Amino acid sequence: MIDRRLRPHIDWVLLSTVIVLALIGLIMIYSATYDPTTETVGPQLSRQLLALAIGLAAGFVCLVIDYRVMTDNAGLIYTGLLALLVYTLFFGLEVSGSRRWIDLGMFNLQPSEFGKIVIALVLAVVYSGQRRIDRRIQDWAIGAAIVAIPFMVITRQPDLGTAVTLLPVCVAIMIFAGFRLKFLAALAVVGVLLTPVGWTYGLEDYQRTRIASFLDPEQDPRGAGYQQIQARITVGSGGLTGKGYLQGTQSQYNFLPVAHNDFIFSVLAEEQGFLGVLFVLGLYLFVILRSLDAARIAKDQVGMFLVVGITAGFAFQVIYNVTMSAGLAPVKGLTLPLLSYGGSSIIATLMGFGLILNVRMRRFTN
Amino acid sequence: MYDGFASIKRDRNRKLLVTCSLGTALVFVVLAVSFWNFQVGQHARFSEMAENNHLRTLRLRAPRGVVFDRNGRVLVENRYSLNISLVRERIEDLDEALGVLARVTNVPVQSLHDVVERNQTVPDYRALTVISDASLAQVAAVTSRRLELPGIVVEQIPTRFYPSNGLASHLFGYVGEATDEQLDTTTDPRVRSGSIVGQSGVEQRYNELLMGDDGERHVMVNSVGREVEMIDEVPPGAGRQIQLTLDYDLQRAAEAAFQAGGYAGSVVALDPRSGDVLSLLSVPGYDPNDFALGIDSDTWKSLNSDLRLPLQNRALQGRYPPGSTFKIVVAAAAMEEGLIAPDFKVSCRGGATFFNRFFRCHSVHGTVDLDEAIEKSCNTYFYTVGNMLDVDVINQWSQSLGLGVLSGIDLPHEVEGLVPSRDWKRERFGEPWYPGETISLAIGQGALSVTPVSLAVMMATVANGGTRITPRLLKAVKDNNGWRETDASQTFETVEMLPTTIDALRRGLWMVVNHEGTGGLARIEGRDVMGKSGTAQVVSLARRAAAQEEEVDFRDHGWFVFAAPRDDPQIAGVVFAEHSDHGYLAAPIARHIMATFFAKQDREPLPVLSGPLPIVPWVDADGQ
Repeated sequence: MIDRRLRPHIDWVLLSTVIVLALIGLIMIYSATYDPTTETVGPQLSRQLLALAIGLAAGFVCLVIDYRVMTDNAGLIYTGLLALLVYTLFFGLEVSGSRRWIDLGMFNLQPSEFGKIVIALVLAVVYSGQRRIDRRIQDWAIGAAIVAIPFMVITRQPDLGTAVTLLPVCVAIMIFAGFRLKFLAALAVVGVLLTPVGWTYGLEDYQRTRIASFLDPEQDPRGAGYQQIQARITVGSGGLTGKGYLQGTQSQYNFLPVAHNDFIFSVLAEEQGFLGVLFVLGLYLFVILRSLDAARIAKDQVGMFLVVGITAGFAFQVIYNVTMSAGLAPVKGLTLPLLSYGGSSIIATLMGFGLILNVRMRRFTN
Repeated sequence: MYDGFASIKRDRNRKLLVTCSLGTALVFVVLAVSFWNFQVGQHARFSEMAENNHLRTLRLRAPRGVVFDRNGRVLVENRYSLNISLVRERIEDLDEALGVLARVTNVPVQSLHDVVERNQTVPDYRALTVISDASLAQVAAVTSRRLELPGIVVEQIPTRFYPSNGLASHLFGYVGEATDEQLDTTTDPRVRSGSIVGQSGVEQRYNELLMGDDGERHVMVNSVGREVEMIDEVPPGAGRQIQLTLDYDLQRAAEAAFQAGGYAGSVVALDPRSGDVLSLLSVPGYDPNDFALGIDSDTWKSLNSDLRLPLQNRALQGRYPPGSTFKIVVAAAAMEEGLIAPDFKVSCRGGATFFNRFFRCHSVHGTVDLDEAIEKSCNTYFYTVGNMLDVDVINQWSQSLGLGVLSGIDLPHEVEGLVPSRDWKRERFGEPWYPGETISLAIGQGALSVTPVSLAVMMATVANGGTRITPRLLKAVKDNNGWRETDASQTFETVEMLPTTIDALRRGLWMVVNHEGTGGLARIEGRDVMGKSGTAQVVSLARRAAAQEEEVDFRDHGWFVFAAPRDDPQIAGVVFAEHSDHGYLAAPIARHIMATFFAKQDREPLPVLSGPLPIVPWVDADGQ
């Protein structure tokens, strides 16, 4: 299926590292959903296994089709994403007050997870077309609008966490497209100045309590601060070498909520200790640096922007989730790509890496 | 395809990529350092927190030691009571859970809320008893709704079980949760917050023996507090078994006699040779079972506000004027000081004048010697003897024979009686002792008070010929090697008395019961019972007349001290009957106790009291 001349250029090292991380994820999901009293495993493991298979297939598709074919059809893909998001908003599966999923029978699809790669695709196209170094304000406005539409829709689901993952994609591509860092600094200042306004009008009550409890978790140890404290206990009690596989008392006895999902890294930290943490962090760092390398050697701007965007989204989510796993960031519904349970997350992530491999593989083609 | 602009861009992008790579690597280093800080730097602290999360220590209450009487009969044992308890960490909506619990158990919801309110400081995971000693219907109602009431559990708790008839309640005492003060002062590592300890009586005095070692069960719980695994269990160790000197049948006899008489009061019966307490009674009593699971405030209030003082152990804590029973001490003192001989005679013409004041006798006895004076309780005789004695000599002999000092009985909260002396008068009133006061003191009146147990010690000391015994309740303790007898005799003191003194006292006391004295109601054929009645004035005659309309009972208290048989006393003691008016009315109670004692010794059927106590109007008696 892949052109024979292209095959040697597949980045097998990156691919195998990504797969190793996904396998570690399976192992940790097994532990996190294991019930020591009944000695059974939750249904999540098999679902994740299925999602992993689908993800590998989808990633393969993203690798086989020339990324330029995809960038040529970016508008169509973007429209499709918006349609799915809007559909979800109205007809999605409602789970504890939010509509984020489309019920597909076997599992639920979360379209917002695919937002990152679609945005990366569209923005890569938008900014690679122009050749001028000096860009005008409307160039940035167009990019901002492209991100703003899905961002707003996802926020309405509501799912602020996933919506926020679009921002690093956008910011990274814009910076590479020539957006001045001093503008970014100025925007940051404006953002800080607007924080009180955003705090009052932009956030829901539960979001405010989450942030407040992050700043002082002990204040409400049974309520919103609970996860924070439990995350720290889970990580801290792991020690240097960990409590051993399936031996983590925090995760096995459910002191850590949604351990298999948002807090999978805490489970790892508890059972495998600091050494396990160091190993997995090393793998993630390697994946990010190797991806950035693919950007460096990309044949064209659109490829580079695409890789930069996808990598930025990935790196942001990894860093945020790991920080949160140690109780050092407010609890957001943000998965750890490749490790966390979540079908859409793993599929979208593998598709992203399919694209990165795609760009790298086709660096010599015309 | 790259032009000049593009190559500038490429350079910029190359630099950006390098910056991004370095930045990402830096962030990962910071993350690794943070994890190092938590996982290695603060590992100990977080490990402890994790253990507190999932490890629970549940206390397994140890049963207290069983208490036997001197014949091996069980007096106090344990039963298992069913308590309905709350584990708050398992309950999401406490108000709702309490509402359901109240409804199914038919308990007012407010009382459940009150318990929770009172125990705010108890950790959430500790089971909080909200319904003690639940009925089987309540337990069934709760267990059948287990799913509805996940945090509500039924616990089986070993609970003290006392004889249901309230027997010897003051003697056994009661148990309760250790108070804050007890927790502060205890040196016993077993006494911890929530421990059940003796609060009174034998339970308190021998708490160290009776208390068991509470066990512990270490369990793993999950995040909702459900027990998922038991790690280990240290089973509770029962407390030591102890044997008391008390005789169940004698105690029953004393209580039955008091019941028949309808008096409040007290009995102390001792073995005058060993100091063994054969019976110790205080009426009215209470039911110590009410305390076993924590007394409810209504019962506690009513016990405390009852004017008849059911919580007071009169035998140790009641102080009353001894009346004529004190004449025994005065007679002993006068003979031992060489002031009189048994044949010393006084002529009684219904009283006598000392220091220009007439002191009344209750009768005209004519010329009497010591025997007759004791027998008839002649006041004139003892006024005369008292006039010869110094108050400090009387005080000293009282103390030698056990009055005005602690008996040393192995029960808590004993109080001292009071025998006046020159020093006492000076300290108390800043006045010298007036010789006229000695005259009244000689017949047991004035600022003189004794406890029943101290009067029993006095009687036992006279009966056994001068060994001042220490009453003791603990007969034996069971340890790993079986029963080990205790011995209190090293604390006995010898009171040097001439044989003639002892003989004279015994003869006089024998005549009280067996001749024409006031103790005829205590007579038992062939047992040579000795005794002496006494009357403790509650108020003066004038005051009593004035208060006739009042509801307060101003009738005098009656005493009867006893010992038998005369030549080899095996039982000695005292009966104190409140408001019995005359001491001789206490004598039938003493008789029933002694009759029971001898019947039991001879393995004969125990005497049974039928109907009220015999009351024979005594012509020449008031026992003053």
